[in-house]
Amino acid sequence: MIRWLAGLIGFGLAATSALAAEPVLIGIGYLGVAGPRSTLSLVEQPAENDGVAGARLAIEDNNTTGKFLGQRFTLEERRIKEGEDPVQAATALADKNGFIIADLPADALLKVSDALRERGTLLFNAGAIDERLREADCRANVIHTAPARAMLADALGQYLVWKKWSRWLLVVGSHDEDKLFADALRRTAARFGAKIVQEKTFEDKGGARRTDSGVTLIQRQMPVFTQGAPAYDVLVAADESEVFGAYLPYRTWDPRPVAGSAGLVPRSWDPAQDQWGAIQMQNRFMKLNSRRMTALDMQAWTAARMIGEATSRTNSGDVKKVTDYIKGPDFSIAAFKGTRLTLRDWNLQLRQPILLVDGRMVVSVSPQEGFLHQVSELDTLGYDRPESKCKLK
Amino acid sequence: MSRMWRIGLLSGLALAAAPAHAFIAYVSNEKSNTVSVIDTETWTVTKTIKVGQRPRGIDFTRDGKFVMVAVGDDDTIQMIDAKTQAVVDSLPSGPDPELFAQDAAGKILYVANENDNTVTVIDLEKRARLGDIQVGVEPEGMTISPDGKTLINTSETTNMAHFIDTSSRQIVANVLVDARPRFAEFKHDSSEVWVSSEIGGTVSIVDPKKHEVIGKVTFEIPGLRKEAIQPVGIGMTKDDKTAFVALGPANRIAVVDVASRKVTKYLLVGQRVWHMAFTPDEKYLLTTNGVSNDVSVIDVAAQKVIKTIQVGELPWGIAIAP
Repeated sequence: MIRWLAGLIGFGLAATSALAAEPVLIGIGYLGVAGPRSTLSLVEQPAENDGVAGARLAIEDNNTTGKFLGQRFTLEERRIKEGEDPVQAATALADKNGFIIADLPADALLKVSDALRERGTLLFNAGAIDERLREADCRANVIHTAPARAMLADALGQYLVWKKWSRWLLVVGSHDEDKLFADALRRTAARFGAKIVQEKTFEDKGGARRTDSGVTLIQRQMPVFTQGAPAYDVLVAADESEVFGAYLPYRTWDPRPVAGSAGLVPRSWDPAQDQWGAIQMQNRFMKLNSRRMTALDMQAWTAARMIGEATSRTNSGDVKKVTDYIKGPDFSIAAFKGTRLTLRDWNLQLRQPILLVDGRMVVSVSPQEGFLHQVSELDTLGYDRPESKCKLK
Repeated sequence: MSRMWRIGLLSGLALAAAPAHAFIAYVSNEKSNTVSVIDTETWTVTKTIKVGQRPRGIDFTRDGKFVMVAVGDDDTIQMIDAKTQAVVDSLPSGPDPELFAQDAAGKILYVANENDNTVTVIDLEKRARLGDIQVGVEPEGMTISPDGKTLINTSETTNMAHFIDTSSRQIVANVLVDARPRFAEFKHDSSEVWVSSEIGGTVSIVDPKKHEVIGKVTFEIPGLRKEAIQPVGIGMTKDDKTAFVALGPANRIAVVDVASRKVTKYLLVGQRVWHMAFTPDEKYLLTTNGVSNDVSVIDVAAQKVIKTIQVGELPWGIAIAP
């Protein structure tokens, strides 16, 4: 009895001193690009705080947990203006923050990761979907919470094949990223047995996305543009540049569904996602930011939560310790997608289910039933270990 | 011919109903916004009660007079009169109540409110809110120690079991468990708390005095991928010898030997099995199968599934009249 009492007192002391001590501070930087991005649909126009709003929510979540563990998380945001050096901005952030969540174009991200390598700063790529960042240009200090382009294409392709819509009319924009998405879709078609019956290019001849009599003109252009195609089941649009994709649904010459960059779209997250406890997350996000949560918000949330998960499991704010734990075999993160998410150890890409959304509802979630894999069904999405060209350094 | 068949059926029923005691089970149907009432003598649904939106957590008041059901999207807990089987009152829970626990006397109710990181304390007699306790992100699982002194709450995104002193309503310890802890269950002898982690895929066994994880139950089902094993509900026999763990989309109940913490058997039930309840005589265990919209009946002694009962859409919680 006395021993038990003594033990209790000892515990009480330990608990008190832990609470009394100064919390361990864990600094997270957020590096993005300044200026708005224009979309065809006004309702899809991203908010100024797209992405960082998700990181902010994760900081709140981490701090709720952190108060029980004596950890405190802070977020410092930095936006790069056109012509500004990303390395300089990143270095300034890295002075105070051991972790940086980046929403940068591929080239800028590579420059930053190489500049910060010696410091040991851990970078999270929350924005760029480029394959090369996970393949030939992969880096040991960059973790990808954004899905890769091939993961998105495969997620869509699996569903179209499951639906037996296997004859695709592929319409590709004239910009580089449109062509990259088309490459990914061609690879998907070959992998899963779909047939691209014809390819068309939609030239971007410039022009405004907002006009006063836009609908009238588009209604005349799109049927003609899609006229005369060989028999197909679904039109797949590769238009990451937001030039024509959203103009296609309901306007094709033949009555066919549209998928890809418009219609049925593959995304890591959507405001309509409410399964697997996601409604709590959507409500928390709405309360904090007074708007709905986008895919970029989710990718940044996941990055900041991965840091919080690792600091609580290691009971440490040490960047090296936390990095090792995240890259280690025991790491997984819960992100309201019905399954634990883990890292592909060969290129540090986060495995994740991909939602297929139509702007109002989640239509389906890939991987689809029947796409099997010896390690994880999530590895049926994107480049798998045997195909990877990544050598982490 | 038809008479012979009927006689056969009757005698079969008589055999099944041989235990004599009939009980009444209440099943919350998350999607239908109803509660299905099941008679355990005939294993049929005898009534479907309309309730509020998104009913999940469900339990009897200690006196057996009312069934409490948390209707999350209506931000309240409704009281169903067990006699008339109609909703008669509601309790002032916080926003989005999901699971709850009551003290041994049945006077105080503790409710996990997923939306605002709190546990709400309610006086059941006065049906009044007494206060809130701040816990981790997305509180869910709730249980009270058999002596009534400690309340355990699990928080899904914080990944902790919070130990709360019921007299001071203060957190006395926080124990990290695997990802997305959803349910907590005490052994009847109070020596262990079992906490299921849906995404972690394990059940952590916590020493409630030392506040430490002292063991883990792991699951492995040949031919099934690891990610499909998502432990949720836990039921333990009164002798503390056998535990049953619902494995969600693995569509199975694991039978666990409590002493060795090893799985001895997997019972195939319906799809996405959530929660469970024993009949008071502990002869049967009923499980709610979310995706297949049915309830499986397990013969506890034989460790066999003997029956499936169709209920409403997305059955979630279950409570059986004492």
